[in-house]
Formats: sequence, C-alpha cells, structure tokens
Amino acid sequence: MKRQHIDSGVKLIFLLIALFSITALTLIMVFLFKEGLPILDTVSIKAFLLGKYWYPTDDPADFGILPLIMGSVSVTLLSGLIAIPLGIMTAVYLAEIAPPRVAELVKPVVELMASMPSVVIGFFGMVVVAPFIQKLFHIPVGLNMFNASLMLAFMAIPTICTISEDAIFSVPTALKEASFALGATHFETIFKVIVPASLSGICTAVILGLSRAVGETMVVLMAAGGAAMMPDSIFDPVRPLPASIAAEMAEAPFGGEHYHALFAIGIVLFIFTFAFNLMADFISHRFRQVGEASL
Amino acid sequence: MKKMIKGLFPVLVSLLVASSTVFAGELVIKGSTTVLPIAQKAAEAYMAEHPDVKISLSGGGSGNGIKAIIDGTADIGNASRFIKQKEVDLAGTKGVYPVPFRVALDAIVPIVNGKNTVENLTRDQLKDVYMGKIKDWKEVGGTPGSIVVISRDSSSGTFGVWKDLVMEKERVIPGALTVPSNGGVVQAVANTPGAIGYVGLGYLTGEIKAVDVEGVAGSEENTLNGSFPISRGLFMFTKGWPEGDTMSFISFILSKKGQELVKEAGSIPLF
Repeated sequence: MKRQHIDSGVKLIFLLIALFSITALTLIMVFLFKEGLPILDTVSIKAFLLGKYWYPTDDPADFGILPLIMGSVSVTLLSGLIAIPLGIMTAVYLAEIAPPRVAELVKPVVELMASMPSVVIGFFGMVVVAPFIQKLFHIPVGLNMFNASLMLAFMAIPTICTISEDAIFSVPTALKEASFALGATHFETIFKVIVPASLSGICTAVILGLSRAVGETMVVLMAAGGAAMMPDSIFDPVRPLPASIAAEMAEAPFGGEHYHALFAIGIVLFIFTFAFNLMADFISHRFRQVGEASL
Repeated sequence: MKKMIKGLFPVLVSLLVASSTVFAGELVIKGSTTVLPIAQKAAEAYMAEHPDVKISLSGGGSGNGIKAIIDGTADIGNASRFIKQKEVDLAGTKGVYPVPFRVALDAIVPIVNGKNTVENLTRDQLKDVYMGKIKDWKEVGGTPGSIVVISRDSSSGTFGVWKDLVMEKERVIPGALTVPSNGGVVQAVANTPGAIGYVGLGYLTGEIKAVDVEGVAGSEENTLNGSFPISRGLFMFTKGWPEGDTMSFISFILSKKGQELVKEAGSIPLF
C-alpha cells in the first residue's frame, strides 16, 4: 500500500513539473499577444506586414515591417544555401566515410561549434569578417547580408550536421549490405540508398537549423548592418526582425505604439519559428522510414 | 503575471524604504547611456564622501530613465534629451511631476574615416547626405567614392538630437546602417573607408576624423560659447523636487567638484 502511495506521489510531482513549464510558456505567449495586438488599433494588418517603411519614432510614424521580414527571409535563405550542403556533407562523411579515429576527433569539434556563444560569433563577424569581405569584394561596407548569413551558417551547421548524422547512422545495415551485394559502389550506396533512407531525419535537421538562424538575434544585430531597406543584392545591409526588437526595445516608451509594434514583430517571429518547428515535426512523422520496403 | 508583479511592487518598495531608513540611504539611478559615465564618476566620488549612502546605477536609455521616474523605480532618471510632451502627459496621469536638472553639455560631431579628405560640411550637406540626396564624396569636395551612411537606432537619444538639429523634418534613408552604440559607430566608421557617422564629443578617438560643421570644429569651447550647431544638454530628472540624498547628490554634481568629474567622463561641464 505504501509503495503505491509513493508511486502516485512521484507521478503527481512530475505532472506538476511538466505543467509548470507548459504554463510558463503559455503565459509568455499570452503576454506576447496581449502586448502585440494593440498595434492593430494604429495600423491595419496589411499596412503592418506589407508597409515598406519602418520609421517607428517619427511623427507621424510608419510601422511597415516588410523590409524587416525581407531581411530575415533573405539572411535565412542565404545562410541555408551555405549551411545545408556543408552540414549534410559533413554528416555523410562522419557517418559513412570517415575512419572511426577521424570521426571521433571531428564529431566533438562540430558539436563544440554549437556551444559557441552567439555574441562571440557576432563580434567576430563585425570586427574580423566585415573588413575582410569589404576589401575582398571591393564593396562600400562589410556589415551586410552576406556577412550575417555566413555567421548564421556557422551556427546552423552543428545543428544540421549532428541531427543528420544521427539519421544517417540509424539507417539499417541490411540496406547498405543489400546495395553492396547488388554491385553498387560506396558512392552509389550513399546517394541512392543511405541518403534517401534518412531523408526525413535530414529534413528535420535542416529545418531546425534554419529555425535557429531565423530567431538568432545577436549575430544579425552586430553583423547585418541594420538598415531597414529592401535588399537588392547580397551585399546590401539588412535589418532582420530580431535585430529590430533587440535594438529598439530598450528605448521604446512603455505602452506606446512603438512598444506594441515591437511585440507584434515578436508575434511574427514566433509564427515563423513555430511554422518551422511544426514543419519539422510533420516531416519527421510523415516521411519516417518504416522498415525497408518503401524505398 | 504582470498584475502579480505590480501587486508585489509596492511591498518590495516599502521593504526597501524601510530597510534603507534603518541601515543606510539608497539611491537608484537609471537611464541614458550617454549620461552613464558621468553618473558613474559622480556616484563613486559621492559614495567615497558619504559611506552611508549606497548608489545603484544602470543604463537602459533616456526613455527608460524618464519612465523609471514616472513609475517610481528610480530616484534619478538620466536622459540625453529633454522630456517629451507624451511623457509629461503620462506623468500627469500618474500624479508625478518630473523635475529636470541640466548637469552637463554634449556635442554631437560628424565623423569620417581617417583616410577621408573632407574637412568641413554644412548642415544642409549633412542633411542631404543623410537623406540620400548626396551619394558620392565628390559632391562635397572629397575624393570620388560612394558614401556609406551610418546612423543610430531611431530610438536612441543621440539619434533624436541628430534628427532635431540636422534632419529637421526629413527622414534618414532606409539604406543607412544603424549601429546600437556610440562605440559601435566609431568602430564601423574606422573600418569603412567611405563611411560617415556621428557620435558624442566624448567618443572622438584617433581612429576616426571629426568633420567641422559650418566651419566650426566640434570642441568643448565651441559648444560652451554656442557656436557649434549640433549640441545638447544632458539631464537628470527627479520625481518632484528632490529631497534628502537625492538632493544632496544633485547638488554634488552641480558643484565645482562634480563638474570636474563631468569633464573627466568626457562630457562638457556647465562652467
């Protein structure tokens, strides 16, 4: 009887702990929407999302966040272009090609990259990379979309690589052996059997990596240049959504339009990352490789 | 959540007040990062003279400094600009009467990269550069090359003064780079050959070159005699007329000794 009591007690404690974190998250969300939605009294949803000018402190003010959204989207896409091939190929190398000794050495290093504080990466981009790419490409300014994307790619690669590697590693050996038995080379086996078999895991990795890039604040604040303009080239300065919130929140009058607009940007950002995570979840469930027959 | 914090607040404040009357005076100062070095120097010297008073100091920007006075979370709110009508109205609804003290002067100086040959710009030229009408250095007498406009975030106090005194009613082009701090502007201008930026007088270093405005060099002397056109007052706000430690601290900053500390902190003393 006593043991049952302890058991149910422990159950209850764990339930409370789980509820606590969920409640805290829900409260944050409620607060976000409560502080963000009042901006719609000032501007329409259309003017807010599609407006081309962000002049929140002017009188009259303009609250158009399209340049900021474009900034976030362009930086994320460009960093994806850099990070996805590098991340996946590193994962393939580590799981399939590398001799165990090399893999033992490289894997922790890649994982260590994930623990690099983002402010350090941002500072590196601002102080070292910016003057370098400015001289290399003969452009007026080194703080731009390309610089920020490069730095974000650094941050996304460990995520993409580690999760993809797990997925590739968990492909059943039988598949590989069958492929070899049919006379396929190692290269053919990797690209025609192993990668397709672990595709759902790789997709999840890519999406989680990119969602990290979308929400990253410090790097884009320091390296992207911070100009609220529609970018024409990859060497234009941009101002992604998180950078705007971080740079302006401290000075925005409490409870004013600017304050609400910044929270509304937070909602947009939340929807972005939420969609990414939902997508990752969906793909990992929907396209999960079950058994070997569906290849 | 918010209500709970609000409910807890008076309790905390009264605890703080109660403990401070028993042990020692406590002074909370918040606000503008431009005034921060001054407040820091003054606080250190003041605490050395009055060991029984504890001063806690934090930044957060001019808006936050004034907000802290209105909310009662600070005794002194620092601001690198005067109070706005909106803030006065908000204070009125809460029954607060903010009192300003001008503690120092500051000049905002346009800066360019050390390799730039431009020595002087008029206010109209500065305005046109920041509006994107002038795009190349050759239009203002420099060596040809595109101008990289560097500005501050639209909510910074320095930007506010620049906007009022240089831009007047016009807007800075969307393509201007924005940097979150004075030091960041210096860093960016030093690294970018075609850049133009603006910083407080205290931030001028050898890495960058200050540009004269209307033929007047940005210096302490020219700010005090009123000939330098881009200058401003730095303020400390108190909630109502100051009393006790707050009063004594404000008088300290406004004294001869306090004004020497203002100079040490890189701003311009009042006398």
